[in-house]
Amino acid sequence: MTYKDFLCLTPFLIIATAPVVIMIVISLLRNYNVVYGFSVLSLIAAFISIFFILPSVPHTIEPLFIIDVYSLFFLGIIIISALLVALLSYDYIKQLEGVREEYYIVLFTSTLGAALLAVANHFVLFFLGIETLSISLYILIAFQRSKSNSIEAGIKYLILASVSSAFLLFGMALIYTALGTMHFTEIVTAIAAAGQLSPLVLSGFGMMMVGIGFKLALVPFHMWTPDVYQGAPAPVSAYVATVSKGAVMAILIRFFFNLHGFDNHYLFIAISGIAILSMFVGNILAIRQKNIKRLLGYSSIANMGYLIIILLTGSNRGIQASIFYLISYIFTTVGAFGVITLLSTNEHEAEKIEDFKGLFWKRPWIAIVFTLSLLSLAGIPLTAGFIAKFYVIFEGMKAGLMVLIISLIINSVIGLYYYLRIITALFSTTSDIKLPELSLSGNITLAIVGISILVLGVYPGWLIDIIVKYVSL
Amino acid sequence: MILIYLIVILLAGAFLAWITGKRNSALPRIISLVALLSDLIIIIIYVLQSTPSDKDWLIDIKLEWIPQFGISLHLALDGLSLVMLILTFFLGIISVIISWKEIGSKVGFFHFNLLLILAGITGVFLSLDLFLFYFFWELMLVPMYFLIGIWGHENRTAASNKFFLYTQASGLLMFIAIITLYFIHGRSTGLYTFDYLQLLGTEMPSSTAFLIMLGFLAAFLVKLPVVPLHNWLPDAHTEAPTAGSLILAALLLKTGAYGLLRFIVPLFPSASVSFAPFGMLLGVIGILYGAKLAFAQTDLKRLVAYTSVSHMGFVILGVFSFNEIAYQGVVIQMIAHGISTGALFILVGQLYERIHTRDITKMGGLWEKAPVMGAIGLVFSMASLGLPGLGNFIAELLILIGAFKANILMSCLASLGLIAATIYSLRIVQKVFLGNKNTDWKMNDLTLREKAISASLVIAILWLGLFPQPVLNTAKPALLKTLLKQKEITFQNSAYNSGDPFLFLLPPSQPSPTGEGVVQNLFPLGGNKKGGKNHEDEIFSLSNIR
Repeated sequence: MTYKDFLCLTPFLIIATAPVVIMIVISLLRNYNVVYGFSVLSLIAAFISIFFILPSVPHTIEPLFIIDVYSLFFLGIIIISALLVALLSYDYIKQLEGVREEYYIVLFTSTLGAALLAVANHFVLFFLGIETLSISLYILIAFQRSKSNSIEAGIKYLILASVSSAFLLFGMALIYTALGTMHFTEIVTAIAAAGQLSPLVLSGFGMMMVGIGFKLALVPFHMWTPDVYQGAPAPVSAYVATVSKGAVMAILIRFFFNLHGFDNHYLFIAISGIAILSMFVGNILAIRQKNIKRLLGYSSIANMGYLIIILLTGSNRGIQASIFYLISYIFTTVGAFGVITLLSTNEHEAEKIEDFKGLFWKRPWIAIVFTLSLLSLAGIPLTAGFIAKFYVIFEGMKAGLMVLIISLIINSVIGLYYYLRIITALFSTTSDIKLPELSLSGNITLAIVGISILVLGVYPGWLIDIIVKYVSL
Repeated sequence: MILIYLIVILLAGAFLAWITGKRNSALPRIISLVALLSDLIIIIIYVLQSTPSDKDWLIDIKLEWIPQFGISLHLALDGLSLVMLILTFFLGIISVIISWKEIGSKVGFFHFNLLLILAGITGVFLSLDLFLFYFFWELMLVPMYFLIGIWGHENRTAASNKFFLYTQASGLLMFIAIITLYFIHGRSTGLYTFDYLQLLGTEMPSSTAFLIMLGFLAAFLVKLPVVPLHNWLPDAHTEAPTAGSLILAALLLKTGAYGLLRFIVPLFPSASVSFAPFGMLLGVIGILYGAKLAFAQTDLKRLVAYTSVSHMGFVILGVFSFNEIAYQGVVIQMIAHGISTGALFILVGQLYERIHTRDITKMGGLWEKAPVMGAIGLVFSMASLGLPGLGNFIAELLILIGAFKANILMSCLASLGLIAATIYSLRIVQKVFLGNKNTDWKMNDLTLREKAISASLVIAILWLGLFPQPVLNTAKPALLKTLLKQKEITFQNSAYNSGDPFLFLLPPSQPSPTGEGVVQNLFPLGGNKKGGKNHEDEIFSLSNIR
């Protein structure tokens, strides 16, 4: 390892050291505020360190790591989302009974796993990252040990994620059998040399798609989503929806684009089918939901369906669109779950639509952020989601994916219907809800999220500029 | 910059109204009034100061917005948008005044939404960038949804959802069409832009053009609305608060008509010609079916809502007649309908405030109790049925004359609509103000504030009926420009096909099927001033029939 290697790994080192430090701190002095403050500062430090390594990329650390601007961008996205979730968690976790400081340890380990996915250039690191992420998520999801819902969700995730990991691993093994390598670049060369995908390799990809599809909650691997979103503590649901999916998306895009998967007929059909199914199933199932956490779960299925359209565009512009989409999606999702988190207490989780009735007249600012998030999910102008959806439609149409784009449009309308239901409730004039007091940290997070959604919706040029300038594969 | 100020003033007013509304319920009303008045004054000062010019656009401003996609903040004003803007601000002021007593709760947020809708409408009337246009188009939607959903009547939730879904779904179709147009233009010229002026005259196969046009049409025809797509309208109108109904009927529907004139005809000259027979048919169906349904209603507000469907049928009939006289009629119809239907909605609102019902079977004989209100009701019912001297008469007459030149059968059928209008309008007067007293209501006549509102509307509709020339003169260059672009391209594409609907407009010269140059000599356009004058003489113009 050279000095440059270390320099390029700084964010990872920070994220990896932080939980160790927290563990030591806890054993000496159990103080929630100290642990919380330290976690937030570490994440900020990790984010800032990204800017210091910018000049030294692209840099590969053979054979496992590839650190280029693309991975740094995703790293930034992952760390920012983790930071937002951490900020949100303050009150929610604080009021839990029993040990609470450990939450931040697990938050860091899972973020480490997610971050590794952004720089993986090898199946080994891919699997290592995804397992670190998953195992930490089991704990996070089941963190409210006193609640049966939470435990149920944790166990469900544990079993299904293990099965999906098995698929992933088996797929990797098949590809290794056929090509004799696990290095992304070498796989690409080997396939290019062979001229076409052998059935073995193709079934390997198929297996891997199952594993990845599970993590992204794409139909037909989506069954866990509503239960886990409902059972997990609200900030953890936000985490699953943003960090975990963002990271898996990072590696999926890199792998798929390096491989030119969009040129393969079977993969093209498979991905299109999954995308269309995800949109329709996610949106249609969301219509009947009364529980907002479940509803957002289904909506995230649909959103991932929109996003993987990008895989088929096969151009750098497509990747840029997907990054913009992810950024907007993350702010939007954190906004929606953030509101749920802040309005929940230990005794009462605010998750039914009735729990939000007339929120606007009691806590206007929170309701505005919630409304903005929902409008952004629905893709209405003035919000980041509109520009993001436009970007995806734009790139999709440029690549001639008309069927996919038309189903996106149809689904936007279906989606609107259930988002409107929540918004109607928010602005309902009759209400008898009881609301907890809000903390400073929660308010700040929501303010950041709300302003970001608006800024990206009204003046997105600068961000697109940055993305277009720097990101390519 | 003046155009940006118009929108910014409304937006700033919206936020101010909201913030101040928490402490004081009078401030938001005053702020909204000030914002709208200053917009109106700005535009009127501009009209008084400006000298007539031959320029295509009176004001034209273009700033960068999202340059990566070729999206710019391109706003421009011509006669058509000028007329529509004045109508917007005038009715905006009225809608603030009529809400003075009606809206008692959440005043700040109400005026926030009101001003936001008006800002969206202003933007729609000014945008010359298709992306920006779509942006404003959608911007009108969410606050309108709140306006109906929060301050509406009993079934407001269902109505507002229906409104939102209809308009959003159709809007998305337009969005896809806009992006397709963008790519087609970009691929053929290398210039990727959403700019309207650039996209004019994009060359594409006629089948493609037709499909893209259908995308645009979906949005405009739903907004207008045209008969199979009109389902959202009666519900939304009926459930909305009075100001909401007023803005819906008088302004929001007009954005659809404006879209037809501004986008459909110039962007798709030949495709719109091939759609014209269907368009006119839809118009006629709208006129007759809307009138029939209006006659069948017992809910007074619903009745007025259906008259909108009928009146908007004239607009689409006129738009697809493709001649100047019909277009002049369309412009007058947009304004006259805005004023007369708006006034009827206000009347219904005033009745509802007094007797808390909209059921006309429970009304009757109200003239005795409220003679002023009755007189106002009579005036606007007469306007609605097209009594000479009031604005709607001019509009419908011009449209029918124009349509007659394009399609005699449709025009004849459409003129039956005038009879139908007479039936439903007289029914309003008969059932509400005359006839037997079905219930003995205790009610007082119009207050001073209400009298002032009604008086200003009566003056406006009379002025429009007696002296429409200023409006016609203002809008004329814009209309001619629309028609010229239309003809220019139609002639180039399908020069002298026997099916060409404009053949009769041609100057009597030798048609030559050879080069384009000859065609253009025959039919000089654009920069050639002399030619332009000739052309104006050729087309029927209002002065000719007088």
